[in-house]
Order: sequence, then structure tokens, then C-alpha cells
Amino acid sequence: MLAHETTPLKQTPLHALHLARGAKMVPFAGYDMPVQYAAGVLKEHLHTRSAAGLFDVSHMGQLKLTAKSGKVADAALALEQLVPQDILGIAPGRQRYAQFTNADGGLLDDLMVANFGDHLFLVVNAACKAEDEAHLRAHLSETCEIVSLADRALIALQGPKAEAALAKFCADVSSMKFMDAGPRRVADIDCFVSRSGYTGEDGFEISVPAAKAETLVTALLDNPDVLPIGLGARDSLRLEAGLCLYGHDIDTTTTPVEGALEWSVQKVRRSGGARAGGFPGADKILTQFTQGAARRRVGLRPEGRAPVREGAVLFADPASGEPIGKVTSGGFGPSLNAPVAMGYLPTALSAAGTSVFAEVRGQRLPLKVAATPFVPNTYKR
Amino acid sequence: MTTLYTSDHEWLRIEGDVATIGITDYAQSQLGDVVFVELPKVGRSLKKAEAAAVVESVKAASDVYAPITGEVVEVNEALAAEPALVNSDAGGKAWFFKLKISDKGELGGLMDEAAYAAHTA
Repeated sequence: MLAHETTPLKQTPLHALHLARGAKMVPFAGYDMPVQYAAGVLKEHLHTRSAAGLFDVSHMGQLKLTAKSGKVADAALALEQLVPQDILGIAPGRQRYAQFTNADGGLLDDLMVANFGDHLFLVVNAACKAEDEAHLRAHLSETCEIVSLADRALIALQGPKAEAALAKFCADVSSMKFMDAGPRRVADIDCFVSRSGYTGEDGFEISVPAAKAETLVTALLDNPDVLPIGLGARDSLRLEAGLCLYGHDIDTTTTPVEGALEWSVQKVRRSGGARAGGFPGADKILTQFTQGAARRRVGLRPEGRAPVREGAVLFADPASGEPIGKVTSGGFGPSLNAPVAMGYLPTALSAAGTSVFAEVRGQRLPLKVAATPFVPNTYKR
Repeated sequence: MTTLYTSDHEWLRIEGDVATIGITDYAQSQLGDVVFVELPKVGRSLKKAEAAAVVESVKAASDVYAPITGEVVEVNEALAAEPALVNSDAGGKAWFFKLKISDKGELGGLMDEAAYAAHTA
């Protein structure tokens, strides 16, 4: 308590801009971050789905991984010792979703890995970034240089009008496809741009030197289609998109198979693949690929109007029986105008359409297992 | 008719021995967009400070406490269909429930409008 109170919150390079635009600030992962602006979570969410939303995600970690040999393939092979993904197969100018695993097959963090031609560019979660950097240094220092890009801000521009809004400052972004990534000049600033995000919408993430962040964001916001969006709507947008929040939907106790992230582990790293295994927890994870796991992350749609939130215990029966699982994320989906949730259930009860019950304030509320994303994504493939 | 306030940002409108209870405009502005309201059952006896209703925004759930002891005589069913009324008319159409007052002496501990304005200033 005291330690927390006496630790000053860190600020992103856009902190003053948030205050000037009337943001309500909250502590998040050690940073003073905007949870919402004057429009409020509901309007910010819907605006992102109908026009464009601009998010400050500068609290996230940005890292540069360069092989001492100078070959990006060597950096990729080095990183493959820590993640179950095919990193060598990421073409220059492309990006891929990955996870750091532990010896038990659990997840230390999830991240984005981009191939920038001569090095890899990594984006990791704010709450894990110090541990992630230490993890990389502990295992890869012999072969790789690891540089924390702490002098860069990170913003996301998301929604159907994101392309038009960004193209005013960098015509080249219109030709990018989902998960393309690389250095671009945006408004005469040296940026790294990827066509990706955390909302289920088409959009971009832009890494910008901290000193130029406010200039770029002010220029992007000087457009009636673009509104600043807080962490509140960022969470409801990613939940509707069925995307995991690290530390909630996935953590050190969940494997990629239990987390329903099999799609993110390419065949070349699975049993029988050319570079099968070789990452922490490979035995357990690869065994689960062939034999299945006892539990599985699922989408859940409450049948009533009441939101079912993180921590709610799940039951198979409306009145009796033992707990069978737990909700890991839950709230209200503004685009669906209905509550949505995610959680873990026994694999035998994880098929879409299965009825389960969540205990909320002493009552068992009915939910149905549902396919994710809850709201179809609009990625430009 | 008297309107009184609690430090938990609820209002009570007193008419005879019945109190109509809702949350203040300040409270709704702090909660943000209300998406769900759970109301007590008619006939339920509530003790002062007991959790009586739940109001949920996109972000979080918050309890609404009984500001005084009494029996629930009516609830505002309109809130089930239109929770956003709490944001648009917190002090009026978005009343939550009506209590038959058990002990008028409990009203003495509540704030009048001027005191509440000072409390939220």
C-alpha cells in the first residue's frame, strides 16, 4: 500500500495532451493513463467501430533484437528458443503474434514480432516489459544485441477511417496489408508502422520518437473522423474482438493450447515440423497439440442483460454442483448492445452452444459458449 | 416534498412515509455509461446501509445502498429496459426504488441540497 502510494506514476510522452483533452486518468501498469475522455467509454467504442479512434499505448515495451552476426535470420532463430512461433518464416516487412513460454508451458507474455529486414522489432505488454527484457538478455545476449526503445511512443489508429486519416501523412500506408510492418515516414517523422491493432478493426500501430509524438498525434486528431480513445474502450473493443488480455485471459498457468491459441503456433514448430520444439515447455505444449488439454478458453454470451465480469465462477448446473471454470474477462459489448465474456471451461464443455451458468451476486445466470470474435473483424488482408 | 442526499451520492425524495431513491447526477457522471441496473424485489425489507441495487457501467459494477431502513414498495421497471435513463435523467425519471420509511429519525443524518453541493464541490 505505502510502497504503491510513494511510487510516482510514470507518464507517456502524450500525458499533457491527455490532460488538455479532458481525459480521466487512472493508474495502469505503473503509468498514469487515460481511461476515457469526455465522450465516455460507450461513445468512444462506437466511434472506433464507425470512424477512427486514436489510442496512446506508449506504456507498452518496444525492443530491437539484432543478431551479432548481422543476419536477421540468426536473430529469428535465437528468438525461436523462447517462443513457439515460426519467427524465421516472418518475411521482411511482416509481423506475427507470439508468446514467451515458461518451462511448464505457461505464458510469460504475449507480443508482436516484426521483421524489419536487418533486425526484429518486438512490442510487449507494459506490465511485463522489464521481465521480458531481462528474459531476452538472460537467454539471447551471447548471440544478440537487445535494445529497449524507451525513447519511442506508440500510438494505435483504429477503425474504418484509420487508413484515410493516416494516408494524409503517409500515402504509402494504403498499400499495406494486415500485419505488414516496417519503417515509414509519417508527417516527415521517422516512424515504424504496422497494419494491426487490438480492436478487431482495420488500423495501424505507429511507433514514433517520443519528442515528436505530440506533434503527430495533434496532426492526426485535427480531423473530425479521429477521436482520442481511452483504455476503457480499448478493453471493450478487444473483448468484442475475442482478443486475449495478458494477465487475465492468458498467464503463466495457461498454455497456448488451453488458451485456444493453436492458430498462432505454426506447423514448423509442432511435432514433425522442421524446427519442432526447442522452446520452454515444448514437451507439454506439443503433447497437448496431439492429445488435447483438459480445459479451454471460450467465448461466453450471457443470456440476460447483466454483465458477467472477471472472476465469476462457472457451473454446469443452474442450482447445484461443483465449479467447472471461471470468467477471465467480461463486461458489456457496446457494438453488440449486450454483455460478453471469456473464460475457461472443461474441453468437453467448450463447444459453441453449450449452456453454462455464472454465479453473480448469489444467483446463477445462464450463458452460452459462443464463437469468437463476437464482432466480425475487418482486417485488410 | 423534501429532497435529501447521502454521502454515497444517493438522493431521497420524501413524500409522507415513502422515500423515492435514486443516484445523483454527480454519481452518474462518475460511473459513466450505465448499461445495466439490478433492482431489489418489491416487499423486501432493507436495513440502512444494506446493498439494495446494482448499477453497472461498461467498466464496472457498483452497489447502491439503502440510505435508510424500510420496505421496498415499488421499483422502477423502466430502468431494466433503458438503463441509460440513469445518465440522461438521474434526478428524475431514473429513480431506482421506493421505500416505506421505518424510522423517520434516520432522515436527520442526511444532507440537504446545500450540504450535498458542498460535499461534491
